[in-house]
Amino acid sequence: MPDSRFKVLTSASTSGPGDAGRTGSWRVERPIIDYSRCTPAKTGKASCHLCWLYCPDNVVSKTLEPKIDLEYCKGCGICAEECPVKAIEMVSEEQFVKGGEDE
Amino acid sequence: MTTAAKTNVLNLSTEEFVHPGNRACSGCGLSILYRIGLKALGRDCIFVVPPSCLTVMQGLFPIAASQMPILNGTFASTAAIATGVRAAMKRRGKQTQVVAWAGDGGTADIGIQALSGALERNEDIIYICYDNEAYMNTGVQRSGTTPQGGLTTTTPYGKKEQGKNLPEIVAAHNPAYVATCSASYPLDFHDKLLKAKQISGLKYIHIQTPCPPGWGCEERMTVKIGKAAIDCGLFDLYEIEDGKKQLSEPSRKLLKKAKLPSVQEYLSMQTRFKALSDEQIAVMQERIDQKWADYRQEFCAE
Amino acid sequence: MSEKLIDSGNNAAAMAVQLAAAEVIAAYPITPQTPLTEKLSELIAAGKMDAEYVAVESEHSALGVCIGAASAGVRAFTATSSNGLLYMSEQLHWAAGSRLPLVMCVVNRGIGAPWSVWNDHQDAMSQRDAGWIQIFAKDHQEIVDMTLKAFRLAELVHIPVMVNYDGYYLSHTYMPFELPDAQTVREFLPTYDYAHTLDPEKPESLNTVTLPDARNDINGVKQPGYMDIRHNLHQEMRLALQVWEEIDADFQQRFGRGGTPILDPYRCDDADFVVVAMGTLANQFHDVVDRLRDEGLKVGVLALQIYRPFPTAIIAEALQSVKAVLVYEKGLSYGNQGALYADLKSALYPYPNRPQLHNFIVGLGGRDIGTEDLYQTLKTACLQEALGTPEQNDTPQWIGLQL
Repeated sequence: MPDSRFKVLTSASTSGPGDAGRTGSWRVERPIIDYSRCTPAKTGKASCHLCWLYCPDNVVSKTLEPKIDLEYCKGCGICAEECPVKAIEMVSEEQFVKGGEDE
Repeated sequence: MTTAAKTNVLNLSTEEFVHPGNRACSGCGLSILYRIGLKALGRDCIFVVPPSCLTVMQGLFPIAASQMPILNGTFASTAAIATGVRAAMKRRGKQTQVVAWAGDGGTADIGIQALSGALERNEDIIYICYDNEAYMNTGVQRSGTTPQGGLTTTTPYGKKEQGKNLPEIVAAHNPAYVATCSASYPLDFHDKLLKAKQISGLKYIHIQTPCPPGWGCEERMTVKIGKAAIDCGLFDLYEIEDGKKQLSEPSRKLLKKAKLPSVQEYLSMQTRFKALSDEQIAVMQERIDQKWADYRQEFCAE
Repeated sequence: MSEKLIDSGNNAAAMAVQLAAAEVIAAYPITPQTPLTEKLSELIAAGKMDAEYVAVESEHSALGVCIGAASAGVRAFTATSSNGLLYMSEQLHWAAGSRLPLVMCVVNRGIGAPWSVWNDHQDAMSQRDAGWIQIFAKDHQEIVDMTLKAFRLAELVHIPVMVNYDGYYLSHTYMPFELPDAQTVREFLPTYDYAHTLDPEKPESLNTVTLPDARNDINGVKQPGYMDIRHNLHQEMRLALQVWEEIDADFQQRFGRGGTPILDPYRCDDADFVVVAMGTLANQFHDVVDRLRDEGLKVGVLALQIYRPFPTAIIAEALQSVKAVLVYEKGLSYGNQGALYADLKSALYPYPNRPQLHNFIVGLGGRDIGTEDLYQTLKTACLQEALGTPEQNDTPQWIGLQL
């Protein structure tokens, strides 16, 4: 161990979310899930979950009704592209802006 | 040959090791791999990482985007540093899996000497190369694995030379295990990692990793493009154990097809191939056709 | 029990590393270091030393393996020379920035091109700004003692230490030395422990990209930026001098040798003229000093034992009131002067009655350093009455040129 007189400053990082801030602000399009089409939501049975599998950013939940964490979702749209029943639509973020301010 | 566990999306662990809000680009293929790969590797691992997109994605001091112990090292020495970590684990009587995780530049170019040394010594590590086919982290410069014709910032009219076939170079060292994977088949990667964990010696996994900003495609297309590369027979998923090569399912099923989709479909999904002439594409197609003719002979005769 | 031996400097270093119980050794062959690592591989293969020997494919990888092992909680060692050290350069900076308590022997040799396998100090001097502590041994006993002390120093201050000794002059010559008792060494050298040992139970990401500015961690506690980390390395490297003295004192109590951790003076007490040199060159001056003393000149020689951190105040205090300081060195900063000379000049500058300073470049690439040449140049410098212009005084003299 170092002598107590030495601080030994190094770059040793510890784990935590949001290193890049709220990456949801990067988003241009927002994924909106239509649960009436989504297979696990519709059937009430664990199935499909491809949106969860392929999400690069760990923002989709593996639940019957998949939830997307919009605080961090970067809006890539892979979930929408890979959804086999086209239950996810990418909607322009402009739709969610009122009077120039974020909703 | 041992059979890999068959993980499916339903039984894949929900334990997450990578935090949201990290610095990876939107639609990053590496992010898919890292997230799913860590589920297979589990907590008892130490990572060694050279400069790469993964360095940035992991976060800036003092915040780390993943929950793993990581040793960031110099560009050329990933396999050497991993060797040292493994030697320390052996001295300390620990089974901790040592995982080197580098990009194509860090593996095929500047890191190949250290990798070759570690292969020759058959170090007991897993070495993962995520190959996005250029130096993406520094802004898309050509690497040794950039495919012929590919546009990068240092091949503004397309790369003249063919890319290195790194998994075959590795296989020539006759290591314990060689596998190729794709970011578009994360479960295949997951199960190959589970298998690699059971094998002693050096395990090398090479992953084609689509990169939207580097390849010139929409972010949403990451998974589709990776699949297209496999479906047209350009990139193959396989494993080599005891010197024996075996195609993995997404590629093996192509053996049954009389004709594969043309490579043109894959190429036209990305802007990086827009400088390719029809003649160049025809040559590329010929190479693919020849490879699959050879594969049919090799694998269908069994 | 300690043991009296007659053996080569390289074998002396190997036996010290064995005593220090280094657990991971990684090395690549390069003359004149090779016999040291051959000896270690032999000790390990014969089961006389319990360690992993990794025969790497380059010096860059040798230090890479040590960086990995040291970060993962195990005492590691490597050795090299010349171009091998230069090939490691990037890793040297990395190990220092990562504050790894590594020890490396550098068996000093000239640098190519053109190829030279013979001794000088250009290899070590070229890496003086890498953030490593650099110590220089003058004989086999110092190789053994300094290597043992280097492990303790590195681990206490968390800064890597380079133990330098002259290629061939020490590496391949046989001299008597005492090998300390293993149990006493174990008591002297505590168990290795790195402050940020890689551990899945307590995961940290080491050497991550660090911003120019300080930044809060997830608990809101401000953490250093790059510049703060580097400032700390500098400050603690300065503080390491004191620790080096403390270690030497402890070593002296346990083993009966020491007392000159920073400066090793020979007949300097009343000297008007003091030669400053590092490594075997300092010892070679003993005869020259004796002869000039017999002739009535008050001459001494001061061996500098530690070059980085530079003992600025200590050496300046020791030399500030002499008439002249003559710096003889086996290396230089091309286009300027000897690096040691420039450092010494800068250390003495704040003292109003600072001595005259002269610089002599000797022995590059193994060029024979004739004791007669040392005698003549030193005598001439001491007897020099009229000073030249400042520029003339400040220009290094090359000794022993043949063309």
